[in-house]
Amino acid sequence: MGSSAREVASWVEGAHREYWATVLTAAVRVTRDLDLAEDCAQDAFVRALRAWPDGVPENPAGWLVTVVRRLALDRLRRETTLRRKLPLLIEDPVAAEDDERPTDPLRLVFTCCHPALARDSQVALTLRLICGLTTREVAAGLLISEATAAARITRAKKKIAAAGIPYRIPTDEELPARLDAVLTVVHLVYTAGHVAAGPELTRTDLTGRAIGLARLLVRLMPAEPEPQALLGLLLMTQARGNARVSQDGELVLLADQDRSRWDARMIAEGVSRATAALQQGHGRFALQAAIAGLHVTAPSWERTDWTQVVRMYDAMLVGWPSPIVELNRAAAHSLVPGADLTAVLRELDALGNQSALKSYAYLPAARADVLARLGRPDEAVRAYDEAIALTVNEAERRFLHRRRASLLSAAPSA
Amino acid sequence: MAQYMFLLFDNEDWYDQVTPEEWQRQMELHGEFTAAVVAAGASVLGGEALDRSSTASTVRQGDGEPLVTDGPFIETKEGLGGFYIIECKDLDQALALAKLCPSPNIEVRPVIPTGDGTSAPA
Repeated sequence: MGSSAREVASWVEGAHREYWATVLTAAVRVTRDLDLAEDCAQDAFVRALRAWPDGVPENPAGWLVTVVRRLALDRLRRETTLRRKLPLLIEDPVAAEDDERPTDPLRLVFTCCHPALARDSQVALTLRLICGLTTREVAAGLLISEATAAARITRAKKKIAAAGIPYRIPTDEELPARLDAVLTVVHLVYTAGHVAAGPELTRTDLTGRAIGLARLLVRLMPAEPEPQALLGLLLMTQARGNARVSQDGELVLLADQDRSRWDARMIAEGVSRATAALQQGHGRFALQAAIAGLHVTAPSWERTDWTQVVRMYDAMLVGWPSPIVELNRAAAHSLVPGADLTAVLRELDALGNQSALKSYAYLPAARADVLARLGRPDEAVRAYDEAIALTVNEAERRFLHRRRASLLSAAPSA
Repeated sequence: MAQYMFLLFDNEDWYDQVTPEEWQRQMELHGEFTAAVVAAGASVLGGEALDRSSTASTVRQGDGEPLVTDGPFIETKEGLGGFYIIECKDLDQALALAKLCPSPNIEVRPVIPTGDGTSAPA
């Protein structure tokens, strides 16, 4: 009654996606050593490939955890004779005592996103340890060389052990700042997949992984509003994915998207997550989710509640001021019916002096749009040229070229 | 328990401008820091103030004769002005304690245990 190798491989792959972090942390619990635990977890999935043709266990996670614990104990027994190179992970003594630890993956998340690690390392380590991506997959996802990805991951793991970065969930006092770092990493993973540089516009796997990470955080911290908000934001962004690229691979801006192609089920979940989060507070991701919600529930680009969008950006600027939020606010402001476009242009020009936006293609692209609407096509063309030179995304570049070309073919200005 | 070295980097011009009262006040702040470390259940295993980097000498031992040069090994805008050896639970506690330390820049470095039976760091 064996199953085909292909079937088994896809079951194991599914289990890997779903339970990697659970299996890895079960091994960490025994070894208190990340490298050793990773080896054991990989080994457990290899064993599943061998054992599951005779029938997939009823509780695959339980099967994998049992196997990985045994493997880890075996390895530990063999290796105690070897001299250990790195200190063990530091755990809270209280936490180490309780037996059932469904929140173990959360400890690992907070360890991977510890502020003593560089942001680049946090992202790479999260993809590797929480999502179970190979170094090659991490490199491909982040568009870095395999050697760079390997160096980042190795260095970060060594620092966790050598510097004594603790393996624990932060205290209530530390939680807001630490949680924000975790959410930022998940958001970065999504963004890396969503606005991929290079020929293809999205790398589905990273966006899917980011949504999976957000779901994990919601499950592990059901009382916190910001993970809910992040999940809502990602779902509402993802829901528009189909309509974002035309059949011939061209980027379609939100303004021109066929809204009937949006994923209604994802939008419904996204809106309900965002609403739940907003009822508990106006955090950074709650406000972003609110803006996404205003977009996905609008009947059309023109009939979007731009005044409310501007209000949400204003709220963001109070708590989390940044030149990029200012840019987005200015762009939204330009769309409020009857907006003073000359004033918006002044705002955008002022933003041009911000060093953070110097190589940011969206600024000249936004200027170009406002200039075109002001009836100043020559300047608009020059702004599109700047944007084209700055973008790293092929589909975006083609889009900007089309916009530029449409200005040149229009009647020359008086 | 783990051990960390806190390396305190500060603007050295301060040494030239400091009044006796300010020096006294600074010493009191370090006294308060030591008390805070102890109150947190950690301990200060050692620590000293260092004279300015212009008083440093560096011995470079390459293949040939050891070379003695004037000045610190690494020239920095802010000079290394003092250090502590702190014993505490983990990096989170070390960083929390570093935030209480009266210095504008504190580098926190884990100390490698070098007692019997220890090996080189990986």
